[in-house]
This record gives sequence, structure tokens and C-alpha cells, in this order.
Amino acid sequence: MNAYQTSRPARPERDEAYNFAYLDEQTKRMIRRALLKAVAIPGYQVPFGGREMPLPYGWGTGGMQLTAAILGAEDVLKVIDQGADDTTNAVSIRRFFGRTAGIATTERTPEATVIQTRHRIPETPLHADQILVYQVPIPEPLRFIEPSETETRTMHALNDYGVMHVKLYEDIATFGHIATSYAYPVMVDERYVMDPSPIPKFDNPKLDMSPALMLFGAGREKRLYAVPPFTRVQSLDFEDHPFQIQSWEHNCAICGSHDSYLDELILDDAGTQSFVCSDTDYCAQRVLQQETGQ
Amino acid sequence: MYVAVKGGEQAIDNAHKLLAKKRRGDTSITELSVEQIRQQLPLAVARVMTEGSLYDEQLAALAVKQAAGDMIEAIFLLRAYRTTLPRFCASLPIDTSKMQLNRRLSATFKDVPGGQLLGPTFDYTHRLLDFSLLAEGEFPGPQVQADAALDPCPRVLGLLAREGLIKNETDNGEAVADITREPLEYPATRAQRLQALARGDEGFLLALSYSTQRGYGRNHPFAGEIRIGEVEVWIEPEELGFPISIGTLEVTECEMINQFVGSGTEQPQFTRGYGLAFGHAERKAMAMALVDRSLRAEEFNEEIQSPAQQEEFVLAHCDNVEAAGFVSHLKLPHYVDFQSELELIRKLRAPAHKEPQA
Repeated sequence: MNAYQTSRPARPERDEAYNFAYLDEQTKRMIRRALLKAVAIPGYQVPFGGREMPLPYGWGTGGMQLTAAILGAEDVLKVIDQGADDTTNAVSIRRFFGRTAGIATTERTPEATVIQTRHRIPETPLHADQILVYQVPIPEPLRFIEPSETETRTMHALNDYGVMHVKLYEDIATFGHIATSYAYPVMVDERYVMDPSPIPKFDNPKLDMSPALMLFGAGREKRLYAVPPFTRVQSLDFEDHPFQIQSWEHNCAICGSHDSYLDELILDDAGTQSFVCSDTDYCAQRVLQQETGQ
Repeated sequence: MYVAVKGGEQAIDNAHKLLAKKRRGDTSITELSVEQIRQQLPLAVARVMTEGSLYDEQLAALAVKQAAGDMIEAIFLLRAYRTTLPRFCASLPIDTSKMQLNRRLSATFKDVPGGQLLGPTFDYTHRLLDFSLLAEGEFPGPQVQADAALDPCPRVLGLLAREGLIKNETDNGEAVADITREPLEYPATRAQRLQALARGDEGFLLALSYSTQRGYGRNHPFAGEIRIGEVEVWIEPEELGFPISIGTLEVTECEMINQFVGSGTEQPQFTRGYGLAFGHAERKAMAMALVDRSLRAEEFNEEIQSPAQQEEFVLAHCDNVEAAGFVSHLKLPHYVDFQSELELIRKLRAPAHKEPQA
């Protein structure tokens, strides 16, 4: 494992052949206007003129367009996938912005001003000067109950979310539990049901009253939405079946953490398991603290 | 152990070098030039231009080369380049009735003014492998009659329209949206639908159009007219106030004649489906025309029962760059979500714990 990065954030050379952060200024302006609308109506899915990006749809093009629209020259960018900075797609996206925007990048959560993420919210609590940009595959929380976009838009407009509760109830009737473990639906500001993107439900409580602005971008579906700072975000549940997050009997094999989200590794043919933090920066911070005896 | 599950920057770089090697193949064989692809694989170039929504034979040929022959990858490359181009002007509508034809046929009349013109086609070839192509050499060109000229070829459907037998399509004067700039919302206009179908995957549209022939949204098609040839592109810059020609495009156009509609108050009339593609792309244009017609079900008060009639279903899934991206993203790590599911399934399978008190 790499030594924990304590030096100043890396600042790569910008490729002048492209506009700053790749997208042209008109496109960025269009996205910013859509983002303002999204912030004004928390949890509402705003259609936007999503562009074709030089990465495939489904690989973070929505998040990338949002990041491109909000990045400034002084921003410090962190990109994570599955909580880790060094997963291949996170590396690829970080390099993309290094090349096209020449901005500083970091792996340290507290140092970043913009964090683009896929499937996780960092364990280190975010602060008010940070923006978290989520990559979203399917923005519509009702999609797997009602496939038609025309229908689901009407359901949102009419605050008609009965089918969602019926689905959760059917889970309890069939399995004894709500059988949704990630992309767990939330109610934003007591108005819109929202898909928090495929984060594990473990991360849902971090959305509630977060001091950081949360932006969600779905490139293929051409929708974006937002949770402004200090907004109430409630995971849907029932009084007699309250929302619960995952927990592990194990500790992280590297840093010993017992309250972070753990990834399971299979070490040999006998199926021996080991568990490590999914958030690599959080894990490395803890190791550093232990080494320096802080 | 920790590093084993993570990808490194070096791994990515090496993967790209391996791809370049795979594309180049045996270096003792002469490298394929972009111009060779453009000249000798024109139908591949046409498909990439059509679904890539950019008419540039050289760049499309480059995309085919760079993609090592993977058509959807080539389409994606061309589209990603197209996004970066400025839009300085919209052309006037192309006038396909003034097309410089190299192929034209109608399956509805034995003879039509201007005649049938077979042109270059796979039709009537016996699909026997031509082993002579294994060797390079001269090819016998077509017999040319230097003084031959085309008679005027009015549109076949225009002839029917004169008699009032087919519904006239009128320009409603609405501004034409650009689905690559504004998100598609449902219900879409016909112009938006046609744009989406023109960019849509040939295979997907082919299968859908085939399904209408087999009874899933049947609407009795006849190939009214198919024409392939060069058309001029005109623009009218505001500062000039008159149109100027900026060049030519090769296009394939298909107009299908479909089952008639009528009512107590209206005489029965045939209806049309329309397909247009860049280059020589007959299969695509025909499939598009059939699907265009089946998507007009609501307009003609037909019962919507089949996939090819459902606008949201067709338009949301016909784009192969979107589809390929979302299917291929399953290769990205999902171990956080999978861990959630593992935890859940283990919990569900655990011996039933104490029931909550009733």
C-alpha cells in the first residue's frame, strides 16, 4: 500500500488544445443554470442537454459534466470509485480533469473542494466548503416499479409515492426485511422521493443535514438533481420496520476500524475472508495516526 | 493483497498499448491506410457517419481504423468528436427530389417516370464467396455509356399524393429541435423522433421493423421508393439573405407506403413512414421508415400494443452508444453494492430470529 500522501496536492500540466475542463463555456453555463434550478427544488430531477463525453455512458459522464461545469482553476479535485482513489475508473477520470483543467488533485478528503464519487460517500465528514458530485446510472427512484418516464414524472408531480411504500412493504412480507441494500430511496425536504445513486444504504444517513452541497448527474438519462446543504433527507421506512444500516462483525484488516464500510476480500481457494475499508483515504489516515501515535 | 484488487495507472497505460498492438496486427503486413478504408469499406464508413451524426468520410474512416473495425466504438469516437464542434448554422432542408441518383427503385409500380435504376446493390448477387478476391488484381468495371443521361425522376409518393391517395405531410413551421443539444422529453415531436431514429442502432431498428412485419404492430408496408445519390446542401447566412450551396452529401432515402387510415368523415388514404441515412445505407433507411410509421400509431388512432409502437421504449433504447456504455459499465467495480447484497442475503438466509411481538 502506498505511503499516505502528505505532500501538497499534485497539479498536472493542462492540455491547451481543449477548453478549461473540456466542455465549452456555453454548455457549462447551460449546466449551471440547470444546477441552480436543482438546488432551488431539492430532489427534483432537472432535464439538461447532456453532451456526449469522450468516456462511455454509464462510466460517469453525468458526474463529469457537473464537475466540469463547477470546477474553477483553484479547485482541488478528488475522484473516488467504490470509495477508493486508485480504482481504474477513478484514476481515468482524475487524469481527464488533470489533463483538461490542469487543476490540483488530491486523495485526501479534507483537502478536496470538489469530490466526484461513484457508489460511496467518504467516511470523513464533509464540510461546508466542499461539493460532492455523484455519478448516477438511473436517476428515477420509481423506474423499476414504473418503466415509463411520462408516468413517473406525473407521479412526482402529484406526490404520488404509494407504490414505493407498497414495494417496501412487499419486501417485508416476502423476506421479513426491506430487501434494498443500496440505492435506497430517500425523501428529500419532505417533498421528492430521490434515488441517492447506488451508494450502500450505510451512507444514507450522511446525506441528512450535510453541510456540503450534493450534486447528482446522470449523463445517459440527461437528468441532474441536488441536495442543498442542511437539507432533511430521510430514508423511507415504516414505524415498525425502522431504517437500519449495515454492520459488520469484523474490523478492517489494515486500520482496525469497526465503524466504516468494509469490502470483503476472498484470499484463497478455501474462501478465507478478509475485510478492509472501502474508503482508502479514511483507512490511510487512520494508519498514519496510529504510526505517529496521535 | 490490498493492491491486488486495485487498478493502477500503469495497468491502464499498458492496456492501451496492448490495444494498439492488437489493432496493428502482424507488422510484416502493410498497415491499412485511412484512405483505403474510406475507398474500400464505404458501407462501414456510411454507417459510422449516420449513427455518429457527422458527415465526414475521412474522420469516419479514421474512426473505423482506430476502433479496429468495431462499428459501435467507431460511432462513439465520431460522436465524441462531433460534440466539440461549434454549430454555426443550420442548413436549409435538403431537397431529395433533386438528387443526383445512382440508385432508385419503387416496389409499388412496374414502371415509374424516370424508370428503375438498380445501381450498386447486393440484391440479386448470389452470396457465394468470391475466391478471386483473395488475390489482388484488376477488377472489371461496369459498362459505361458515356452519353447516357437520367430522365427526371419525380417522387413516386408525390404521384400518389396528386390523386389524394396518400396523406400529405405538411411543414408545421415549428422550429426543429436538436436532440444532441436539448434533452428528449416525451411525447416527442416527429422531428425529434426521426432524429433519434437516424442516430439509432441499425440492428435494433432492423429487429423492431421486422417485428412489425411479423404482426407486432403490423401496418402493411410497401417500399414506395428508395433513392440513393448526391444532394446539395444549402445554407442561407443571415448577412447574405440568399442561399448558397456549400457542398454535397450522399444520402439514402426510403419512403414506405403503409396501410391506409380513414374514418366516417375522411376518405381512406395511405400513410407513410420515412427513413434517411448518410451514404449508401439501404437497410438502415428501410428499417427506420418502418419504425417511423409504427411510432405514428397514436397520430392515426391505432391501438398501441407492440414494442415498435411505443415511443418511449423505442427512443430510449435505440441509441447504441448509450446502450453499449451502460451495458459495458457492468465491468466497472461494483464491490460496494455487491457487499451490500451479500450482507443482505446472508441476513435473509440466517435462521429466523425472534419474531417481533405481535
